[in-house]
This record gives sequence, C-alpha cells and structure tokens, in this order.
Amino acid sequence: MSNIFSTSIGRKLLMSLAGIFLLTFLVVHLGINLLVLRETQDAFNIAAHFMGTNPVIKVFEIVLFGGILIHIIYGMILSIQNGKSRPVRYKKDNHSQTSFFSKYMFHTAIIVGIFIVIHLFDFYFKAKFTDVVDSVTINGKHYHDLGELVIEKFKMPVFVFGYIFAFIFLSFHLHHGFQSAFQTLGINHKSYTPIIKAFGVVYSILIPLGFAIIPIVIYFFR
Amino acid sequence: MDFTLKIWRQENAAVKGKFVTYQINDISPDSSFLEMLDQLNESLIDKVQKPVCFDSDCREGICGACGLYINGRPHGPDDAITTCQLHMRKFKSGQTIVIEPWRAKPFPIIKDLVVDRSSFDKIIEAGGYVSVNTGGVPDANSIPIPKANADLAMDAAACIGCGACVAACKNASAMLFVSAKVAHLSLLPQGRVEAKERVRKMVDTMDELGFGNCTNTGACEAECPKEISLTNIARLNREYYAAKLS
Amino acid sequence: MTDLKAKIPEGPLAEKWTRFKGNQKLVNPANKRKLDVIVVGSGLAGASAAASLGELGFNVKVFCYQDSTRRAHSIAAQGGINAAKNYPNDGDSVWRLFHDTIKGGDYRSREANVYRLAEVSGNIIDQCVAQGVPFAREYGGLLDNRSFGGAQVSRTFYARGQTGQQLLLGAYSALSRQVNKGSLEVFARTEMLDLVVVDGKARGIITRDLATGEIQRHSAHAVVVASGGYGNVFFLSTNAMGSNASAAWQCFKKGACFANPAYAQIHPTCIPVHGSFQSKLTLMSESLRNDGRIWVPKNKEDAEKIRKGTLKPTDLKEEDRDYYLERRYPAFGNLVPRDVASRAAKERCDAGYGVGTGLAVYLDFADAINRLGRDVIEARYGNLFQMYEKITDENPYETPMMIYPAIHYTMGGIWVDYELQTTVPGLFAIGEANFSDHGANRLGASALMQGLADGYFVLPYTIQNYLADEIKTPRLETSHPAFDEAEKAISERIDQLFSIQGTKSVDSFHKRLGAVMWDFVGMARNKEGLQQAIDQIVQIKKDFWSDVRIPGDKSELNPELEKAGRVADFIELGELMARDALQREESCGGHFREEYQTEEGEALRNDDQYRYVGAWEYKGADQEPVLHKEDLIFEYIQVKQRNYK
Repeated sequence: MSNIFSTSIGRKLLMSLAGIFLLTFLVVHLGINLLVLRETQDAFNIAAHFMGTNPVIKVFEIVLFGGILIHIIYGMILSIQNGKSRPVRYKKDNHSQTSFFSKYMFHTAIIVGIFIVIHLFDFYFKAKFTDVVDSVTINGKHYHDLGELVIEKFKMPVFVFGYIFAFIFLSFHLHHGFQSAFQTLGINHKSYTPIIKAFGVVYSILIPLGFAIIPIVIYFFR
Repeated sequence: MDFTLKIWRQENAAVKGKFVTYQINDISPDSSFLEMLDQLNESLIDKVQKPVCFDSDCREGICGACGLYINGRPHGPDDAITTCQLHMRKFKSGQTIVIEPWRAKPFPIIKDLVVDRSSFDKIIEAGGYVSVNTGGVPDANSIPIPKANADLAMDAAACIGCGACVAACKNASAMLFVSAKVAHLSLLPQGRVEAKERVRKMVDTMDELGFGNCTNTGACEAECPKEISLTNIARLNREYYAAKLS
Repeated sequence: MTDLKAKIPEGPLAEKWTRFKGNQKLVNPANKRKLDVIVVGSGLAGASAAASLGELGFNVKVFCYQDSTRRAHSIAAQGGINAAKNYPNDGDSVWRLFHDTIKGGDYRSREANVYRLAEVSGNIIDQCVAQGVPFAREYGGLLDNRSFGGAQVSRTFYARGQTGQQLLLGAYSALSRQVNKGSLEVFARTEMLDLVVVDGKARGIITRDLATGEIQRHSAHAVVVASGGYGNVFFLSTNAMGSNASAAWQCFKKGACFANPAYAQIHPTCIPVHGSFQSKLTLMSESLRNDGRIWVPKNKEDAEKIRKGTLKPTDLKEEDRDYYLERRYPAFGNLVPRDVASRAAKERCDAGYGVGTGLAVYLDFADAINRLGRDVIEARYGNLFQMYEKITDENPYETPMMIYPAIHYTMGGIWVDYELQTTVPGLFAIGEANFSDHGANRLGASALMQGLADGYFVLPYTIQNYLADEIKTPRLETSHPAFDEAEKAISERIDQLFSIQGTKSVDSFHKRLGAVMWDFVGMARNKEGLQQAIDQIVQIKKDFWSDVRIPGDKSELNPELEKAGRVADFIELGELMARDALQREESCGGHFREEYQTEEGEALRNDDQYRYVGAWEYKGADQEPVLHKEDLIFEYIQVKQRNYK
C-alpha cells in the first residue's frame, strides 16, 4: 500500500489538518495580543512569558512550526504539481463562477508567509535569542517587556500599514481556507456545511480584524 | 447575428498551434453553437480550406463528446449545459468569441479543438465498476435501497465524462469526475463490497495520469453540465481516508 | 443462392430457448483463450456482448468511432427499459410482453425470437441492478415501474430521463473491468471499413484509425456487428452525428442479407425543425405522453393565427381544441403506439392544422399541472422540460410544448437467424443493427431491452454454437491475401474520394438525400413517390461521386472524409430502403403505403401476400439486389388487425 501522504488526497489531508491547527493557534495568539491593549502591558508580558517558557507550550511550539512548515511545503508541492498539470495555459481567463479568493490561495500565502518571517524577526527571535528587549519587573519577577516593544513598533506608520496589509491578505486566505479545510476532511453535509461556511466567513473577518485593530489603537490612542 | 471567432488551430499534437480569426455573419439566434461552427466549416470547405475539427456526437447533451472552452468557460456562457446545448441567443451580435480546446496535460490535443480524453477511461478501468459477471446475480428486488441513497447515487451517476471539470479547474484536477463514480457506487450496497479497493485504485490512477490536485475552488461544480455536486468530492475524500487508514 | 434458414429450435414456444441452450455446443475454458472475437460498436448491445464474452474468457476486440466506448448513442435513450417482472402485480407476464411486442410490431417479427426476448427481459434488470445501475425506486426501497408508450401494464424500469445512459454506463463499466483484466482491448476513434471473408467465413475487419488515418487489419474467429441503426439516411434524425450504417453496409456487400430496410420508426415527440442550418433533431421522451395531452386547433383560422403569432395557444378555449388522439383512439388516447401517433400528427399538419412552422402540434401539460401540481410534473419531467427550454427558449410549464415526429429508430437491419448469425458464417449482428425482434414497429422502451438481451444473454450462448467448431482454426495472419485485397479496395476508395475534388460539401449531398428520403420514403409512401425517390437517389449518387469536395488529407483526423464514406453508403442504403418499401405493397407498422389504408386511414396489412421478412442480397455494384423471403409463421398468436380504439 502506497503511503497516504504521497497521494494527492493524502497531501491535501495534511494541508488541511495543518491549516485547522493554525486556525486554532490564531485564536490563542489573538487572545494574548489583545491583552496589550489593557492599561498596562503587565498581563501581556506575563502571558508572553508563559508562552515562551512553559514546557508544554514549548512542545506545542515545535508542533506549531511543524504545522506551518508542513502547510507551506505541501502547499508548494501541490502548487508545483498543479502548474504542471496544465502546461499550455488558456488565452482567455477563466470566467467560471467560483469563490474569488480560492483562485489566489498561493498568492495570498506568499504575502502572509513574508509577513510571518518579518513578524518572527520583529518579536519572536528578538525575545528568544537576543538581549535587545528591555526588561520589566512585575510583582518582583523579571519579564521581557514585549508590550513596550509592540507599542514602540506600532508608533511607526510603516509597521502599522505593513501589519494591516498582511492581515487583509490573511483574511483572504482564511476566507477560502477555512471551509476548504473541512471539505478536504470530507466534511460536507447539506445542513452543516452552510454553517461551517458562514462561520468561516465570520472567522476570516473577525480574527484578522482583531489583529489589525491592535496597531490602529496603539498608533492613534497610545 | 454576426461574430468574430478566434479559434485555436493545431494540425496535430507534434506541431505548434495558433489562434486564427474568422468572421461569420447571418447566424440565427436559434442556431446552436456547434451548428454555428458547422456553418463556418461549410464556408471554409467552399473556400477549399480545412474545416475546424471539434468533437460532437449526440448533440443533445448526454454523450459527453463535445467540449469547447468558450470565452473563458467550458461549454460556454450558460449553466448546466454541454457545448451542443449552447445557443447563439446567449451571445451578442458583433461579439468576439474565443474558442479553445480543453487544456490539461492528461488531455493532449489531437487536432484543433479535439483532445484525447482516454485518461478518463483509464480511471474507470482501474476500478469504476462492480465486479459481477453476466448471469448468476440475485433478483433485482432482493436488496432494497433507500430512495434517498438511490437518488444521490443517480445524481452522481449522471456524469457524462465530458471533462469540463478538468478544463474548468485551475489545477486541471479530475476529482469531480472520480468522485462522481466513487460516490455513485459507494452509495449502493452492490458497490460497497469493493469500495475500498475501488477508491484506492481510482485515485492512484488519477494521480499517475498527471491530473492536478483539488483545491476546492468549486469551478468544476459551476461548469458541470450535469451539476454534479462538490459533496461528492467530500465523499470521495472520506472514502479514501477510510480505505487508506484502515 | 442464399438460403434463409431461421434455425428456430423445435418444441413448444416457451421451451425453445431452454432447449436450445441445453443442446447447443459450448467451448471449454481452455479453448476460449484461443478464440478471438471482434465486436464493432460499443452501444448497449456491443458493450454488453463484449463484456460478457470477455468474462467467459474469449479474447475480445471492441471498435467504436467515438473517442470512448462510453459515448455510443444508446446513451441518449431517455424513457426506460421494459421487463416482464410484474413487480407492480398488474398482470404482466412473459407471454404478455411477448404478445405486446409481436402485436406492436404489426405481426412482422418471429415468434421464437420475440418470446426469447421477453423471457430474458427480467434477467437484464437483475444484471443491471447488480452492476449498480441506479434505477428509480419507491420509498420502500424497491424498484419503481411506469407505464410507457402504449403498454397497459407498468413494466418499464427507468433511471430519471437518462435510462439509456445509466444502462450504457453499466455495460461500459463491465467492459472496462475486462480491459483491466486484459481479456478485452478497445480501439476507440476507429471505424470499420470492410469485412474480411475467408473461405466463406467472417475472419476479420479492416479499420481506419480516425486520429491518424492509418488503415489497420484485425483478424478473429468471429465478427459481431453491433453498429446500430441507419436513421441518419434521413440526414435529420434523432441519431447522433456520427451514427452510421457503414459497418452494416460493408457486411451487406460481403454477403450478409439486409432485411426489411423499409421499416424505419418515426418518433412522435421530437422538437420540431426550426431552420435549414439544423444538424439534428432532439427527441423528447415518450413518457411525456403519459401526462401531456396532444392537440391542435379545431379551426384552421385559429391554427393560422397561432402560426402568425397573433393568437397564443393558452388563449384558445377548450372547445376550440382538437385532442385528436383522444378523439380517434379513445381506449389508448395519447398513448397509442409511435407509428400511429406520428401519422396522426402528420395527418393534422398536412390538413393545415399545424402550429409553429406548420409542422408541429401541441403537447400540453396544463391539465396535468392542475391535477398533480407543478412539483409532481417537475419531479417527473423536470430535466426534459429544462432541455426543451434550452433549445426553444420557451417555458413548457407556461405554454404548451411543440412536437413533431422525427426518424428515430430503424427496425430493419442485417438479417440474422435465431442464433443472431447472418448469412455469412461467423458474422453476427446484434442490437439495432439486426432486424430481428421488433417487426415493422418497435414499442417504447424495447430497444434497450433488445440490445441488452442480445448482448448479455443471447449472443454469449449462440456464438459458442459456432465457435465450438472453430477451436481448431488457427489465428489468421493479417498478411493473408484476403486482407491485402480488402485493404487495397479500401485505399482505392479513399483515394477515389479525394481525387474527385468537386465543388460541393459532403453535407450538401447528405441533405439532398435526407430530403428525398423524408418526402418519399418517410412517414407515408406511395408507389409513384418511391419510384421517383429511386431515380433521384441514383442521380444523387452520380453527383456525389463526381462533385464531392473533401478538403484535407487522408492521413490525419479528417471528419469530412469520415462523413464522405458514410454518406456514400447511406446513399446506397437509401436506395435499398426505397426498393424495399416499393416491393411491400401493404401498410404495416412504420411502413405506411398510402394506397393501402382502411377507410379511417389506418394501416392495412396484407397478411396473405406480405407476411414475410424481406431480405435483400447484394449482387454487385451494377446489379439490382435480389429479394429473399422468410415466411413468418404464427403458431401461438392469432394475427389480427391492430386496434387501439
């Protein structure tokens, strides 16, 4: 029996599972991020510290990076295969009625991917591997003052624009990706699928909006 | 009605093709698209030129032979039809119509707008059947089948194998075609017996033939002349996981 | 001199087939591997026969002109398939199906063949269900039946309006399974151009690969022709664009008799012709007549207003409508057999009551929608209504459909005996390609039954009775002189077609032929017209061979060349049809001679002189064909005037 992950549907299964995992991660990430909007950044810094040091979370961190990598690598493999399956392109663009964003998953993924790399350099690697992040003492304990770093960054218009721009594209990506993940898993039901699709649309708007609101609030109100 | 036609002309698989522009006038709006091409061909024969080759047979939307990519849509600008069921009243007089063959690696061009779709036959040969010999079968009414399942199976079995799903898909994926057959047979008790074997073999063959991967864009469903639903692809996925992971 | 031996087994009617099977010769499994069978055509008959022969262990080669075996024109059959299952408990039986088929065929078919057909009809349904054919079902999960075209019992099994498609895909799946097993090889986009006969036996065929133009040779121990009917002689018909009679015609020229060519069925419910550019006619399933009522205006003035567009059919009062079928045939009403319904429509239109272009009548669902509700009608005929609307741009839920008869099916075909063998040993003909079971008129939903009966349950037995004597015959090398000769003749014919370089397209000749056939050899025929038709066809043939223009090259995909070969054969076949219609001085089923009708305008048979199968033998290009007669003997059925009143 051939390995399931060497077949078209098997690869898609991995894409979808990794995608769904990333969907849940985004919720957690957003929850913590929103803490930065409280009056002090203490809660945010404590949460960030917890995420950075807790051993269980550390395991999940590896899983997370694995998930992202799988999602990216398999996405690339599939896209390359897809490109090869039509060596001669049509002259006239496809006018079939499809969800608009589904046609540009690879393009939106590239933008989101670039953003992730920048994002990691801005915050994650700095906190993890350098001493450039200031320290702050809360209840007698030392923490990286990531909250301050966030506020510092989002006082710069270029960062604000960059982040909002990226989240718009993440929204596009999620718009198709959310419901697509369920379809790939084989979950399609005449009464539940419309609910999944509606929820996916709400999710793809609310989550990126939640992320994007942070730089806006900081830029204008802090 | 008058039209400017930009048609893909290619002598055979080995040579390069190109678009050739033709002008055609006085077409009745009640004429079908293929009848319009018939009239173009008559005029080409009059001018001692080679007529445009295209596949068509039943001309009533069921054999699946015809299939042209017209102005960016397989089977042209109408829903739930084959090319032979497209009528010129769907166009505006004076319009330019671009006509291309199905384009996909597993559908090599034979000539002009004619492509080789034998890869679909290969997928069915891999397992798109119930392994029963003639004779020695039980009475037709010995297995009751819930009407709902029979109806769903019929919905899927309505596939005509025209290839519009592959032509429409940005990835040239054959998942809708494969899923229609897998769903049809897996919904019926007769087909359940070898359901796992079937789905494995059909998907493997589909992959080997070089079709692309499904990215759930839904273009196939939108262009399918028989309105085969994406739910069949979800069912195919389920059947496939069940077969592979058990 | 050809002798028509029907080889009907001895014994009582109900036991003939069982006795035959019990006594026939069989081929043992080890020998089956050594025997090759060629099947030409992949419709219901061809695909089912090929699959069944492959399952038995023979080496099978299947040829079809389409790009896939799944596309044969059986796929377009809509309504259903008959079988004497008696599931609805409404009094059906093998005898009743047999009786209805003989009667429906106007007593011009063989009792033994038809009885066998009825006998195996139930097995077909079992077989198809086992293959996964999704027939319509009741809520209890059992199979649904409906009544169809003139039957008083509900014995028709159906899969929405796509029964032919589902049955063909079932046979195609069985065939595909044999391809996978290696017992069967498919040659798609390949056309049979000649039959190779060696020592009086059919031993192979010459084909042309339509994609490359390559001429190929294939040898076998037996050849089965399942190439369908010849309705396209009429140019406009409900057949597919590529449906042709060339394979059958080459068999005729190599010695197979061609029986009853005049018997062509006109289907009453087709979408009317609407323009000279039209390439084919579309059939609307006859099942529409179950709920639709057929009418024309009672007054010519109203008909004229409707034709001019000044009066809408829905505005015409009930008392101003003439439901002519219900009026003339109160017992059967709108469900009279096809030939009767077709002629009645022609009669009304010829008399000036037609609507649309004048060659159309209404098929009205207003009553049915009122009685059953739009939902029920939509569930029953939704796809047909949709198809009608796509073609005509009119909504049949709101305005009555327009219909007119069109050529649909040909009952005539290659003459075969009880074993489905032609007058050439080793050459078999099945499905619509043979003449055997429908007499002068076929009942609705019986074509699918006959195709599958021949392919699944008859030929796989009877062919062994022949092949059992061929087990010592070695495979024939295709370098045999008979192949050389046949290929040379084919190449010469192709070269000759190209050498003409005339001024007119193939289609222009085909249209001319079609017009002559429709006018003189169509729904109503007479002596004078038929003689005129023969003269005109002879002229068309001359013109064709001196003025046809075929562009392109022979060694490439060249649809004009394909059509030219087919039309050349259609022209000759058209002439034979006219000859046959001329010699049959009676009216029966699909053959209506205006000189022979009752006072009420019904078909008048002449059983004393014409109760025979007319089988024509080819005598050479410059000679008239010779008519042989196989007398039809009715031992079990009382021959009557058909009466649907």
